[in-house]
Amino acid sequence: MPPKTNSLGLEREEYKAAKSTLCPGCGHDSIANQIISMAYDLGINQHNVIKLSGIGCSSKSPAYFLGRAHAFNSVHGRMPSVATGAMMANRSLTAIGVSGDGDTGSIGFGQFKHLVRRNVPMIYIIENNGVYGLTKGQFSATSDAGQVLKYYGKNELPALDLPLEAIIAGCTFVARSFSGDAKQAQTLLKAAMSHRGTAVLDIISPCVTFNNAPDSNKSYSYGKENEIPLHEITYYDRSAVPTREEIKVDEYESGKIIEVEMHDGSHIKLKKVDNDHDPRNRESAIKVLEKATMEQQFLTGLLYYEEPRATLADTLRLTETPLVHLGEEKLRPSKAALENLMKDFM
Amino acid sequence: MVLDVQTSTQSKYEGQTIVNDFSLTAATKNGTGSQTSNNVLVLSLYKMGIPVNGKNLFPSNIKGLPTWYTIRASKDGYIARQQSAAITVALNVDTAAEDVLKVPAGGVCILPKEWNWTKSREDITYYEIPVDSMVKEAGVNPDLRERVANMVYVGAVAQLFSIPLEIVWEALLSNFKGKEKPAKINYEMVTKAYEWTAANLVKQDPYKYEAIPGGNPNKIIITGNEAAGLGGLFGGVQVVAWYPITPSTSLVDAMFDHQDLRKDPETGANTVAIMQAEDEIAAIGTIIGAGWAGARSMTATSGPGISLMAEFTGLAYFAEIPCVIWDVTRIGPSTGLPTRTSQGDLLFIHFLSHGDTRQITLLPGSVAECFEFGWSALDYAEQYQTPVFVMSDLDLGMNNWMSDPFNYPAESLNRGKTLNLETLTQFIADKGEWYRYKDYDKDGIPYRTIPGIDHKQAAYFTRGTGHNERAGYSERSEDWVANLSRITKKISSTRETLPQPIVQTGKNAKIGIISYGSNDPAIQEARDWFAAEGIETDYMRIRALPLSQSVHDFIHSHEHVYVIENNFDGQMAQIIRMETSKSTEHMASLPLGDGLPMTAQWVYDNISSREEKK
Repeated sequence: MPPKTNSLGLEREEYKAAKSTLCPGCGHDSIANQIISMAYDLGINQHNVIKLSGIGCSSKSPAYFLGRAHAFNSVHGRMPSVATGAMMANRSLTAIGVSGDGDTGSIGFGQFKHLVRRNVPMIYIIENNGVYGLTKGQFSATSDAGQVLKYYGKNELPALDLPLEAIIAGCTFVARSFSGDAKQAQTLLKAAMSHRGTAVLDIISPCVTFNNAPDSNKSYSYGKENEIPLHEITYYDRSAVPTREEIKVDEYESGKIIEVEMHDGSHIKLKKVDNDHDPRNRESAIKVLEKATMEQQFLTGLLYYEEPRATLADTLRLTETPLVHLGEEKLRPSKAALENLMKDFM
Repeated sequence: MVLDVQTSTQSKYEGQTIVNDFSLTAATKNGTGSQTSNNVLVLSLYKMGIPVNGKNLFPSNIKGLPTWYTIRASKDGYIARQQSAAITVALNVDTAAEDVLKVPAGGVCILPKEWNWTKSREDITYYEIPVDSMVKEAGVNPDLRERVANMVYVGAVAQLFSIPLEIVWEALLSNFKGKEKPAKINYEMVTKAYEWTAANLVKQDPYKYEAIPGGNPNKIIITGNEAAGLGGLFGGVQVVAWYPITPSTSLVDAMFDHQDLRKDPETGANTVAIMQAEDEIAAIGTIIGAGWAGARSMTATSGPGISLMAEFTGLAYFAEIPCVIWDVTRIGPSTGLPTRTSQGDLLFIHFLSHGDTRQITLLPGSVAECFEFGWSALDYAEQYQTPVFVMSDLDLGMNNWMSDPFNYPAESLNRGKTLNLETLTQFIADKGEWYRYKDYDKDGIPYRTIPGIDHKQAAYFTRGTGHNERAGYSERSEDWVANLSRITKKISSTRETLPQPIVQTGKNAKIGIISYGSNDPAIQEARDWFAAEGIETDYMRIRALPLSQSVHDFIHSHEHVYVIENNFDGQMAQIIRMETSKSTEHMASLPLGDGLPMTAQWVYDNISSREEKK
């Protein structure tokens, strides 16, 4: 039997990269696997993908997926600006950024907010484990108040809610997931890939070494027991978009099904579980997150979705041809232009 | 639109006139529109064919604090700052007492009549002008009064020191970019003051401007920041990110002003992205991301911004990513004096970032070099796959300088060893491999790919962590040493390829002067003073770091060497000493570092006093 291949004729194996050097069982590795599956399933051309990160355990991840994509492991917390520059230079690239809660929530918080505000088209994944791993177990800005860690005692500060911060900063695609919920994480990754603009995915990803005690809300067992998906989410790529007839009409009428057409023509179908949240409503998204914080609920799913707005390259009125593809004749004004200009200074 | 006005002031002065060889300072308050008046005076003298330079000494303030603008006219073409200005227009009551004291004996002070100022000095000439009443009589819209009031001194100066009104009109038109309406409002005030001066004052001083027929042929007048911004645009820069900071802001402003040069004629879309970042860290991160993705990229900042960029520029140095950083320096440390000039970032820039780094640094000494380095820095960055710093300063960047029109780049864009699909395919066919950091040509410069090349072997992993020649993560000491040795070789090879020092020689001179950047006019003038006394000097103006071998040769071929620079610690002298194993006992460091542009007097005095001791 010939090996299974995707629409590009590639095997899943060809989307893999270096072997992980993270701790065995790290949530980040399962996210890397979901990225591999997502890219394989969608038939993504890796040669046109850039994967970027800052510093930290999370930021090592790009070495572990899509080995044929250009990668940039930059400095702590500043991946957003590197991604911004790369996407200005070449608007035709597909960017996947991987960050962590320290990288995004602390040192890079400003850059994160401004990336979202500028709507740099990319998937921005936060591998959120509520702890600093590489420096051995300090609290991060997403550690919950009252959380206890081995060396640092009790956290007295409130946690930052990164999806909430993304929504407030103007993000048009905001989701939260759990690395232990592979199916949902992968579906949200696919939806994010089809979005035009910044798509923020906050994926709770347990740190098996420093923050996996059952009482920690970033632990694997806590996630498994307490995850509350907002919807059942299904992704249909362009070729597989279901017809109306396939979905029961009464489900639409009762509002049980929300269907969203993505920028690239794919669709996502959200089936309500027991929550009335419509992710197309910003106010509702903010309320749902506030409520989840107050009631200590671990809500996952697509939190907020908005019709795509202008991305950075649009705002800057750049040529449709990526800037890096412009030749000298487009980049250097003529000799006559300089001579004319000099007259303005005489 | 020249009005028919009385044009000659009665003169009682009987001594020798001083023509086209003095400075005039206007002391005003910041934000009152005096900059327009000063510009008009500079443009007027320029249009009269008189070599002229304007320098603004301004506060870090939007409105209200004192500002001084000094215009030097020099028939001999000297454009350095002078120690004192023969003529002072004192319009700021807060500083007037001091301003009057600063006027040299035999000088002139112009004051508002309304102040009834006590004329305590007998060695200078006072002229009083009824500024307030003239503005009131003119019936100017109250909103414009403060601005137009500054035109009164233009009119008085024009009358007293012989600037023809039609020239002032032309200068006004130039200043307002050909718009007649604002030019006219201002011109009416100028002529009123001009007429009043003619009718009411008696000239008692020797100073006079005189048109030089055919003077300033084909010259332009421009700031270094504008020149640098234009240089970037003509260098094909594709991504610019910056955060506003004095005194660099007008560099990127000039790029915005001239972005039309970089619109695709077919679609009107921009071929250069200019983005205001949230801080300097984001600015440098953005241009590094862009450089990595294959775009020519640059930023402009000043000292505090450079401090913030330190970590990122180390990454670009080590991961070998091209980008250009302009540092229009102001005086530090810390916030320092944001509106005072300095060359104090030299050491910091050259060694910027932790670990062993040696950053390429270009040192423009004129507006023409600001333009040239504006485009050539982008070439060097891509050629050597490294950050290239250009250190200008506030004096060069923000003040107006006369120059020959800029030369069009003689060569095509140098994109360096950047592989595309075709050349990568060929490379692999020839060599059987391509590794990002392998020294194939034994010149220390590797080949790079950019994202988006549709080839299985095009991608590599860019990182600031230790890596081997295949761009793989490595903690092996051998890999570390090999990599850093190659980078050092690469950077060192630029010693003889970056802009080389400019050397001017005297006759069998025993004295060698070394300097760089905007000190050039002061040194040129001081050398002429020495030459007039029969003391010959040689002069080397360094234009780039790392230093060329010729710098050491110059030092060791002179009996006395003076390294003249505008910082407190003598930073270039330190770099020279660091790099030579020979004795530099005959070399003296002459640092200034007081926040002001250097004067010929300072250069002359400092060399003279040391020469006398010898």
